[in-house]
Amino acid sequence: MTVLDIVFWLLAVISIGAALAVVFLQNIFRAALFLVLCFFAVAGLFITLQADFLAVAQVLIYVGAISILIILAIMLTREMWRGNPGGRFQLPAFIIALGLFGVMVWAVINTSWQISAELPLVPTTAAIGSRLFGEGGLLLPLEIAAVLLLAAILGAIVLVREK
Amino acid sequence: MSVSLEHYLILSALLFCIGLYGALSRRNTIVILMSIEIMLNAVNVALVAFSRYIVPLVLTGQVFALFVMVVAAAEVAVGLAIIIALYRSRETVDVEQADLMKG
Repeated sequence: MTVLDIVFWLLAVISIGAALAVVFLQNIFRAALFLVLCFFAVAGLFITLQADFLAVAQVLIYVGAISILIILAIMLTREMWRGNPGGRFQLPAFIIALGLFGVMVWAVINTSWQISAELPLVPTTAAIGSRLFGEGGLLLPLEIAAVLLLAAILGAIVLVREK
Repeated sequence: MSVSLEHYLILSALLFCIGLYGALSRRNTIVILMSIEIMLNAVNVALVAFSRYIVPLVLTGQVFALFVMVVAAAEVAVGLAIIIALYRSRETVDVEQADLMKG
């Protein structure tokens, strides 16, 4: 076992445990805090995959922005006392999730992946930048993503504005 | 046995299925939204693992994960706005009571 393996297993256990806590905890506020832990663990997984820029973006966007928004929404809706009840479809949902997991594990194990022997690029920031903005890059999708964000902001403002 | 692509993919599948179960079985809208975030994170882990192990020099998976993050941010903003608007008009965030369009 190398250090990387130990870190991977540790982060895997943390992320799975935090995700289970998000789904099953009765206190929604604590569930949101475990969601933050799950985001941090995923950022750590990105670091073990040598995706340094994405790990930082994960911390900035998910931990810094999205979880704050979710916690604010929990405070604004005052539904804490109701807890986190299950719906009518718990058993079908469990069967669907288990079936999908089985299918995905079967597909992963039975595919012969063509693992590349090349060492990954480190650091990745400049490479991602030239991949997005460089020759034959993804400039149009990037601009569309910017327009999507603007539309989402305007939509959110229109939705929550007092009449 | 050292960590390989399969480990990351199975971890991603497990996270995705936990999120799927949460999204399908819970009644609180905010918990459903959090479960969807877990599913998007699981997809990102799979994309970055593919990028690292199969095409480590092209970075397509990482760029795609970046776009997933952008869409997730937009989705969570609009989703929470809808939840707050729903709470204002119906005093609840329970999906089973949000049945105005039920036939």
